[in-house]
Amino acid sequence: MNKWEDNKAWFLVIPVFIVVAVSAILPLMTVVNYSVQDIFGPDNRVFVGIEWYKDVLADHRLHNALQRQLFFSAMVLIIEIPLGVLIAMAMPKKGWGASLSLVLVALPLLIPWNVIGTIWIIFMRPDIGLLGAAINGMGIPFDHTAAPLDAWVTVMMMEVWHWTPLVALMAYAGLQAIPEAYFQAARIDGASAWSIFRYIQLPKMRGVLTIAILLRFMDSFLIYAEPFVLTGGGPGNSTTFLSIYLVKLAVGQFDLGPAAAFSIIYFLIVMLFCWLFYQVLLKVGTGDKS
Amino acid sequence: MSSLSWMAWTKPTAIFFITIACILVAMTIWQIKAPCVERKGFLPISTTPGDRLFIGLLSSAYIHLAWLGLTTLNLWIAFIIAVIWMIIVMRWG
Repeated sequence: MNKWEDNKAWFLVIPVFIVVAVSAILPLMTVVNYSVQDIFGPDNRVFVGIEWYKDVLADHRLHNALQRQLFFSAMVLIIEIPLGVLIAMAMPKKGWGASLSLVLVALPLLIPWNVIGTIWIIFMRPDIGLLGAAINGMGIPFDHTAAPLDAWVTVMMMEVWHWTPLVALMAYAGLQAIPEAYFQAARIDGASAWSIFRYIQLPKMRGVLTIAILLRFMDSFLIYAEPFVLTGGGPGNSTTFLSIYLVKLAVGQFDLGPAAAFSIIYFLIVMLFCWLFYQVLLKVGTGDKS
Repeated sequence: MSSLSWMAWTKPTAIFFITIACILVAMTIWQIKAPCVERKGFLPISTTPGDRLFIGLLSSAYIHLAWLGLTTLNLWIAFIIAVIWMIIVMRWG
């Protein structure tokens, strides 16, 4: 039987293809078109070739934003993945406690991103904020609107509070899927808690943790709303990540040409990381350890 | 074409996208005529021709960006390097 000729699934794919074309491919093409022109108005454009790409690649603010972004994403993974696994292991496995802890852990995920920023602005205010005032009350000067380090600490705490639950829930699902027989065999062999974690739980969570790493890396790499609401990229440029810098360029300064060139470079970076993570995911799926 | 004026088309970008579209159509026809088989070349993973095209195009974009960022030489040299790289990836990747 020739599966190719009889395959009508393509007709089912066409609507998705049309939606993706209108919502993603055409705008992407437009951005490429903008990136080679100096835009003065809807009908007033001048072709400049690759000049914006040269400008953007030589822009030290872009380099700094990229470094900040990579550091931020690395910190997110270093903190959120182990913490998420720890929370998942500490959560009750059955009974009413399991349901209750699932709901409580999932709560931060239900709050809109811009509201998260507002909550943390109030929470960290040095005068009336619960945590900000408490830290200052202990004699430690803390003001996320004035000190870059304090701003970073606040952004990291907000990010960890908001998204570690996702890692915890995924790790919890991975733990729940391990058959009880593995733990019984380990107990009969007198395995320690660390051995059970190292040789049973961690290998069994490998798939979900890889997906969690992929999701958290990509999401943190594209972060915009929370730090923008919390710090606006400041103090100075200390928390200006790639997307915040891009919006400043495109909307704040209305430099559409450089912003478009920047967007294409940003897109290529994201595309590279997506592809690398996708390859890792495929290897996890096949159990290939090479 | 006035309905597409919002897309701010230029001749070079139109040629670029038409070339990409032609490559995709050619690859689709190739796939229909001779269904592809995954194979392992010098790349560290098994790839189909579509995978190799994607890898080639993405790495070509990075070759151009690196050229723009690191040198002041003519970009056509980067284009020639990228085309040679594409051929190498498609044939032996």
